This record gives sequence, structure tokens and C-alpha cells, in this order.
Amino acid sequence: MNPLLQIDNLETVLHTGATPVRAVDGLTLQIMQGETFALLGESGCGKSMTALSVMRLLPEVGEIVAGSIRIGGEDLLLLPEAAMRNVRGKRISMIFQEPMLSLNPVMTVAEQIGEVLQRHFNLRGAAQQQRVLEILNQVGIPDAERRMAEYPFQFSGGMKQRVMIAMALAGEPELLIADEPTTALDVTIQAQVLDLMRDLQQRSGMAILLITHDLGVVAEMAQKVAVMYAGEIVETATRAEFFHSPAHPYSRKLFASLPGKNKRDQGLAVISGSVPPLSREFVGCRFADRCDHAWDLCRTTAPGWSAVVAGHQVRCHLFDQTAGSVLHSSAVKAAETAPQGIPAAPSAVFNSELLRVVDLKVHFPIHKGLMKRVAGYVKAVDGVSLTIAQGGTLALVGESGCGKTTVGKGILQLIPPTAGSVRYDGLELVGLERKQLRAKRAEFQIIFQDPYSSLNPRMRIIDIIEEGMNALNVRNNDRADHAGQQSSSRQGQKVDALLQRVGLPPETKWRYPHEFSGGQRQRIAIARALAVNPRLLICDEPTSALDVSVQAQILNLLKELQASLGLAYLFITHNISVVEYLADEVAVMYLGRIVEWGSVDEVLGNPKHPYTQALLSAVPVIELNPKREVIRLHGDLPSPANPPAGCHFHPRCPHAMPVCHETYPGSSSFGSTHTVRCHLYPQPQNSSTLQPQGAETIA
Amino acid sequence: MNMLYKPVILWTDALIYLLVIVVLAFVWYVRRNEHMLAPWRRVGHSASGMAALTVLVFFIAIGLLDTVHFRPAVENSGNSEQVYSVEVLSLLDVIAEPLRTRVEKTYSAPFAAHLYARETIELPDGGQVREFPRLQFGGAHLQNPDVQLAVDVAERAAAGAAQGFLGWCVLVVLLGGLLARQDNAGLLPTLSAIRRGTTEIPWNAVLLTLMLILSLLGAALALSTHYHIFGTDKVGQDVFYQSLKSIRTGLVIGTLTTLMMLPFALLLGIMAGYFRGWVDDVIQYIYTTLSSIPGVLLIAAAVLMMQVYMETHPELFDTIAARADLRLLFLCIILGVTSWTGLCRLLRGETLKLREMEYIQAAHAFGVSHWRIISRHILPNVMHIVLIATVMDFSGLVLAEAVLSYVGVGVDPSMISFGTMINAARLEMAREPMVWWALLSAFGFMFALVLSANLFADAVQDAFNPRVRTWSLKAGKLRRTERTKTPESKPVAAAAKDSNPP
Repeated sequence: MNPLLQIDNLETVLHTGATPVRAVDGLTLQIMQGETFALLGESGCGKSMTALSVMRLLPEVGEIVAGSIRIGGEDLLLLPEAAMRNVRGKRISMIFQEPMLSLNPVMTVAEQIGEVLQRHFNLRGAAQQQRVLEILNQVGIPDAERRMAEYPFQFSGGMKQRVMIAMALAGEPELLIADEPTTALDVTIQAQVLDLMRDLQQRSGMAILLITHDLGVVAEMAQKVAVMYAGEIVETATRAEFFHSPAHPYSRKLFASLPGKNKRDQGLAVISGSVPPLSREFVGCRFADRCDHAWDLCRTTAPGWSAVVAGHQVRCHLFDQTAGSVLHSSAVKAAETAPQGIPAAPSAVFNSELLRVVDLKVHFPIHKGLMKRVAGYVKAVDGVSLTIAQGGTLALVGESGCGKTTVGKGILQLIPPTAGSVRYDGLELVGLERKQLRAKRAEFQIIFQDPYSSLNPRMRIIDIIEEGMNALNVRNNDRADHAGQQSSSRQGQKVDALLQRVGLPPETKWRYPHEFSGGQRQRIAIARALAVNPRLLICDEPTSALDVSVQAQILNLLKELQASLGLAYLFITHNISVVEYLADEVAVMYLGRIVEWGSVDEVLGNPKHPYTQALLSAVPVIELNPKREVIRLHGDLPSPANPPAGCHFHPRCPHAMPVCHETYPGSSSFGSTHTVRCHLYPQPQNSSTLQPQGAETIA
Repeated sequence: MNMLYKPVILWTDALIYLLVIVVLAFVWYVRRNEHMLAPWRRVGHSASGMAALTVLVFFIAIGLLDTVHFRPAVENSGNSEQVYSVEVLSLLDVIAEPLRTRVEKTYSAPFAAHLYARETIELPDGGQVREFPRLQFGGAHLQNPDVQLAVDVAERAAAGAAQGFLGWCVLVVLLGGLLARQDNAGLLPTLSAIRRGTTEIPWNAVLLTLMLILSLLGAALALSTHYHIFGTDKVGQDVFYQSLKSIRTGLVIGTLTTLMMLPFALLLGIMAGYFRGWVDDVIQYIYTTLSSIPGVLLIAAAVLMMQVYMETHPELFDTIAARADLRLLFLCIILGVTSWTGLCRLLRGETLKLREMEYIQAAHAFGVSHWRIISRHILPNVMHIVLIATVMDFSGLVLAEAVLSYVGVGVDPSMISFGTMINAARLEMAREPMVWWALLSAFGFMFALVLSANLFADAVQDAFNPRVRTWSLKAGKLRRTERTKTPESKPVAAAAKDSNPP
């Protein structure tokens, strides 16, 4: 069978700055008809540039300098631009990562899909509308007839991605390029979209080039996998082969660096360093600097392709029989499983309670009209209660928009809570004066999600780290009658020590944030938080903007810090595998309220709430278990400005009962630590189920 | 010990000195900070920007010379106590002494040897003739102007231009030597690199502009000693001298006004964006109200009130210059008070964006005070907007002064400015035969000043505005196509452009 897409020796260069960046360097791949081909790699590996090269939509500084891209035997690189327009959208379509940015906000959905139909099929008027409706129904937009005349802002994120897919499908393409199609979506929505793509592929028989960094998505979708590293493919295999026995050290490391339950008691394997800049000249193997198995040959000669088994090729000297490699893959495997990183010290059992949050509410008023009258409230956090033990980790899990981050900021009093109490070490924080609060600020700190916006670009690292110390600690020194001179020199030593503690050389303190990579910046952010000796760290999705290998580095660091400093964490995340790896307790949040709370084994091993069950089943898993039952949630998270009456989850719940429409459930306990708020389970006696909603009490 | 002069520091002089000190301190500070130096390097890479800066440097030099004021001593034999003249002079006045003192009777055209108006002249034999009399100074050395004038002007111009060119050559060699020493290269290769335009800073553009200016300047200087090169005005003053004096007024208005408005715009804009709530409401109402009043009306009212006050209190000013200067300062203040709203609005928007940034949230989590957050986190991150707005506003303000003086609410009538020159030209243009040179030279000088300021502002904006990067990408592409033609010559400019390592 002839391949549908054949890329040979593709070289794409970006002309930015002094030296050209070789974003794609000699890439060769084949995609068969009807096949899903996954291109896997960390950010900065050239995945997206490959996709854009195929579409010939490179940015202005990009240039394809060599190679050929053939679709059905026709070389796209030889086509004139006018002919290329007949290929784009017709033979090859593309879905982008950000559905919010890929749709034109001033055109209705039908108009945007209609554009494609008019260009490629010359469909107009009623026939066009008819076809648009068909396609929208195909991608599962409910009430498509009405919604096709709506604008993108009236659609939710998941629905927008469906519209994007509808647009891509409108041309009935032979090849669909999906560039991180679900990265910006929540897991439950991701499951919907992946399901849809699989379904559509089966029906239309198109090929999919799936570009992703998520091993889970690859395991669920792909038939063939290619691992890309620093501009070239280092391993290709079928899915089963790849997940059963990954060959390239890089692939192995990727697997090893995934957090999970079974790795709780050990450090995650990390890939030291980061992806090398592609503007550099490479002599030997590109991975040699970060590889544990590299030897002299790796640094001098670039490895060629070696076959592991039929259909599984790898670009590594370890598998090159002719190079006289003494190492066998079994030996490699043995080395791989050896414990790496730091085994976390068994944390001492802390029972004392550090933080107790009772019935925390954060409501944002909605202003309307000329006089800015308050017309309603966005109930971002609506009665959250939780406790964190000293040195313990509580994970707060939920989809985006459920109010997780607001809980974190509410606890820190960065957003004044509307009601409720936050007791830190017995001291009530709500309603404290700014001055009184400042005295306590050193005790609890926060690490943010985006390491690029959490450091001031105009301050040096030393200034960034010292800022908190100056704002909080110097005052303590004054009280202790210390000389200012002495404290400043001590401060300098402390900055050095902090940087070393988070794994950065002390010389880096004179540099500015833009000189660091994402992972390094996150380390600096952690050092900044640690500078004031906190006992509680609120980690607001600290790894979700990072690559898998870097995520492992940060998680290891956090775990090690907890073991050595006895920190307590409130870990806000949507990533279940991180929770499994790090958390002691888990609280699942839905629309401003905690619906299930218990120890990590209880909640993740035996979820009671239908939402928790659905959330866990929607997470793509690498273990290829075909019998896994996935609970598909339909619809999206409702707006917190107008939550559904009764149980907030009932419109999406597969087990909804009449009572769910009326009252919010009280909490049911399973054992001493596991509580659930769901009508499926016996309600506590004292909870007045007949009271109107909003009167629920904390049991 | 009697001094020959008594230094005078007028209000605007003091502020200009302050501005110069601030600018020097800023330059010193920027040079020590690599990340602040990077955008200025990008300014340095813009050919049009650097050429414009070269022109601006000349204007600024003239403006600064005109800022050093003093009162010369008056010779008096009787008293032992030294008496100083009531006339306040500047260094420029001293340098341009011949231009200032050689006053004709009335109008004369550029390069003329005769007045522009007929006069009745008594002949030695007692008869009377109505004719154009010879000028007292302009072309006075010529025996027979009708024949000699053109040749003499051409000769002097050529000699002056040649001198200017010679000076330029010396400069080129000096610059080449300096660059060669920096790069440890030979003089000739460096010069050829400059010519080809492959140096980091586009020296060829700078030198080309410099050659033009120096040649023109040489010719103008050589001619102005014997002619009125831009003619004379109604009272016989040299228009060239007036144009030179106008430069300071324009510069003062352009820079000091910004200085006046910056505190308002910075403080109020950042406060509105940072504190939100009622502070934001109050500040927004203030600037919405202020910007709904026509600016000219507000300025006219303020200037007229101030004028009345000054006229009723003549004892406050010991010289005319002091009075005119104070009026200029007030004009700057009034212009500043009415023009801060635009920048304020920009800053409010940017602060609204910045305050939600996570590093500001982190600072809150550390309990850093509001004032420190504003000064350490927000202010440095809005400075690029302030800089762009300041440079862009400059030319607008120079033009505004001209308009206001034309309307009659601008600077003091005794102060020479582009506006007063244009105002005077209103009547001259209606005259028959028309007097065109005053207007033309005012226009020409103002045009050069504003155009170079605008070009420089464009270069600054390109370098500092993160959103305007497409242009430089395009330029990179053009350069690339050139490079493919000549692969040997590796452009240094492109190499240096990438100041931050990936």
C-alpha cells in the first residue's frame, strides 16, 4: 500500500537572530491511509514546525531548505501557492491547540464553515447551510440548527474545539493534522473530543497526524508513534510495541518521569537539563548530553537507524549492531530500573492541624446597568471546608473554572473572602488588618502556574528572592536588635543556599529571568517562596505549564523539600497522576464546592461521587486495558454565576434522581476520613433535606 | 575683583540643567544594565533613527548653548561698583555676535546687498533719488554688487562647504580609528565596513547626514559673516539668528512640558489602574472632564490670566528676559496640565493588565507594601510606554507652541520662537512685494527639527514596543536574501542583533 503522506528528509530552518534555528532537521515519516500517527515530543522539538511545513504555513522567518513532502505521490513543495490552496482544507486540514484563538470572533460558526465549503465545493446558499448543519451534527453539536448562527464566544471551550474539527472536516480531507488538539481542554472534555476524533476517523477513513506531548493521549489514539527530539525523529514503532518496550533512552526516560501511584515512595527519574537549542550545531547524538548511557561514540558520531524488531526503529548507538555495542537492551533496562533521584524520606507522622478552612465563600459581584448595580454573584467558591495537617499534602482536584485557584488565593487573603473562616495554626486570618496579616505572611506562600508571568522580567534573581525576605524578615531582625549590615551579608548567603537547594548554581542570582527555561524559572519561584521559611505552600498547578521531564524534576524537588523541611502543601491541580504521586489527601471540587474528600487511596481507588468516577475514568491511561470503562460526561461545567438548582452536578450526572434537582446533598461518610456529598448514599440524619437549597450545613 | 559677567540662571535654564542631569544619570544607569541596554541597541541599529539623532544632536547643541545665560558687565568709569547690563545674553548670542548686532534698517532679501524698500536718498549734489539703498552690513564689502554678488556668494559658499567637508573627513578618520581600535582591526577595513554598511551601528547613514550638515553649516558660517543669508525682518534683524534662537524655545516647550506632565500621568495613571475602585473612578472622571474641554480655550484663559498678573506686578522681574522666561515656563506647565490625559489613560490600561500578573500576586503574598509594588514592579514595566509617549509627544508640542504663538496666547512677544516668527509673517505675506523668507526659514528649521524628532521617535517605538516586531522580521528576511547572494560577507549587524542568548 502506498503511503498517504510521505515526508523525506525534511529540513526547516527559522531565520531568527544570529544563527538559523534548524527546527526540523532531516525528518522522514510515512502515514498510511486511515492511520493515526502520533508525533510525540517535548516543547521546542520541532513538532509544530513539522505540521506547519506540511501545510506550507510556516511563519515569515521559516523556510523549508530541503526534502520533499508527498501526499498521494504529489510533492507539495513543488506546487505553486495557488495550487496549494486547493490542498489546504481539502486534502489536508489542521486543528490547532487553542480553540479560543483559532475561530474568528466576528463571524458566525456557519459562516466560517461555509467559507471552506464555498472554496472547495463551490457550495452556496441553502445547499451550503444544509451541509454545514450536517457537519455540525456529525461533530455532535447539540441543537445545531439554532447554534450554527451563533458566534464563537457563545460556545464553550470544548464546543469550540468541536467547531474547529467541523471546519477541518468540511473539506473531507484525506489527512487531518491535529496539533495538540486537547491540551487546552479539561480531561472530561478531552475525553469527549478524542472520542469524537476516533469516531470520525472510523467513519470517514481519513488519516490523522496527531501532535502531542501527552503519552496518555498517544496511548488512547495512535496506531503508530514517532518520538521527536531536537528536530529529528529518534524512534518509530507501533503503539503496542512502543508502550511495551520503548527502545530509545529518551523514550524510556519519558515513561520513567511520569508520576504515578506506584512511584510514590521513590523519586521520579529525571532527564537532566533541557532540550538543547536548535540553533546549535550537533556533532554526535543530540541526546548524548542528557543520556545516562552515552559513551564516546555518542558524542562524536550521530547514530543512524537501527531496527529493534520489524517496524520498530530507533536512532541510538545502543541498538546499532555494527557499531560493536556491548550494551544490550536488557542491560539498559536494568540500569533504567535502578532507583534514581532521591528516595523520599518517610515523612514523620504529623497529626497536628496546620490550616483549617471552614465554609469559605468567595463571591464576585456582577455589575450591571448604568449605575453598576449588583445584579448577581459569581459564586467562585461557595462553602469550601478543608484541613491540612502539618507536613501533609492535600490535593485539590477539579476542572478549570471550578474555583480551585480562588480557594488558594482566598486562603492567602489575596482575594478577600466573602464569608467563612481560615484558621492558620489557630489564628483567624479572615478580617485581619493588612499590617497584622503581614506578620503572618511568611508562614504561607504560593507557587504559581505560569513560570513566565510569575517573575518580574525587570528584576534580577537576587532581587526577586530578596524581595520577600526584605518585606518580611528584616522586620523580624529589627525586632531582635540585629545590625542591618550583618543581616544583609547573611541574606546574601541565604540566597546562595536557597538557589543551591532548588538545584541552581549560586552565580545565577545576578541574571534576569528571561535567561532561564521554564523549569528553571519554576525553581526560582520555589526558591522565592522558600526564602521566608514558610510552613505551608500553596502550589497552584506548578507543573502544568512544563514538559513531562521537567515536571518530574519539579515534583522531585517539591517532594524532597517536604521531606527535609516538613512543609505542608495545598496542591491545586487537574492532573490526576501528579495527585497519585504526591498527595496524602484529595479533595475533589466541582463548581465551587468540594464533592468528595478523603485519603488518596480512598478517593482515587474507590471513588464514590459520580463526578469523581467520571473524572478518573476520563484520564487517558498508558496501561492498555481495553476493558476499561470510560464514563463519558456530556456537556460542560455550568457557569458559577448561575449554578443549577439542587446538586450542581445533576445536569451531567448519569445517576441523577428527582431529588438531585431539588436539594444539594449533605455529606455521607465512609470511614473516618472519606466523605462524599451525593444523594446516592445515605444522607446524614440531621441534614434537613427538605430545606431549600443554599441552607446546607457542614456536617 | 570685578567680574566681566554675572551668570544668570532663569527658571527654564534650571529645569533644563536638571533634565540634562537626569538624562545623563539615566544613560549611566542604562549602560550598567544589560537588559535595559538591549532595546537601545536596537535603536542604534535603525539607520533612519541614527540619522535623525545626528540632526537632533545639532539642534540640542544649539539649544544648550542658548541656555547658558549671563549679564555682561557695563563699563563705567565713575563708580567702583561693577554694574551689569540689563540685557541677558546667552553663549549663543556671544558666538553669533555679528549676526545679533548687525541690524539693518528694515527688510532685506536673503543674500541681498540692498534694502527691500525704496528710500529717498540725497545725492551729494543736493538732488534726490528714490532707490534701493545699500545695506549697512550685508554685502557691504562689495564694490559693485550687481556684478560681484553672485560670484562672491558662490566662492564663499564653496570655500565654507569645503572647510566643512574637510572637518567631516577628519571626523571620519577619527571614528574609523576609534572603531578599528575597538575591534582590533585595520583602519582601511573598518572604513570599508562603514562604507558597505556592515557595522553594528549604521555609521554610513550617520556619516552621510553629518557630511550634509557639516557642508551646509560650513557654507552658512562662511556666508553669514558677510551676508544675511536668510534676509532680515521688519526691524532689520537677521532671520538666521532668529531661527537659531527659536530652536531653544521649541526644545524647551517639547521637553519641559513632558517633564511637567509626567508626574500627573504616572502617578494618576498607575494609581487608577492599581487601586481600582473609587480611586479609579475619581481619576477617570477628572481626565474625562479635562479632555472634554477644548485645550486651546483652557490654555488661552490661563495664559491671559497670567499675563494680567505679570503686567500688574512688574517689580517681580529684574529683566525682560526673566519675564519672558517665566511666561514660557507657565506655558509649559499649562500645556503639561492639559496634555497628561492621553498618557494617563495608556498607563491605567497597562497597569490594569500588570496588576493581575502573577509576580504582583506573589509580591502581595509577601506582604510587600503598595508603594513598593508600584515602584519596583509596575513602574519599571511601564517605562517603555512612558518613553515612547514622551518621544512621540515632543514634535506635537513643538508644533503646538507655533500654533499658540500664532493665535497670540503663546510665548512672550519679546521671546523669539517659531510661533512668533510665523505670527509676524502673517502681515509680511500680505505685503506687496511679498516678504517670504522669514516664514520659509522658520518653516524650514521647524520642519527639520520635527521630522528628525519623529523619525527618532519611530525608531524608539520600534525598539521598545513588543508588538511592533514584524517589521524587524521582515528586515531580517530581506537581509537573508542579500546574504544568499554574497555568502562570504557575514553581516555583523545581524549577529549583534541577537543580544540575548537563546
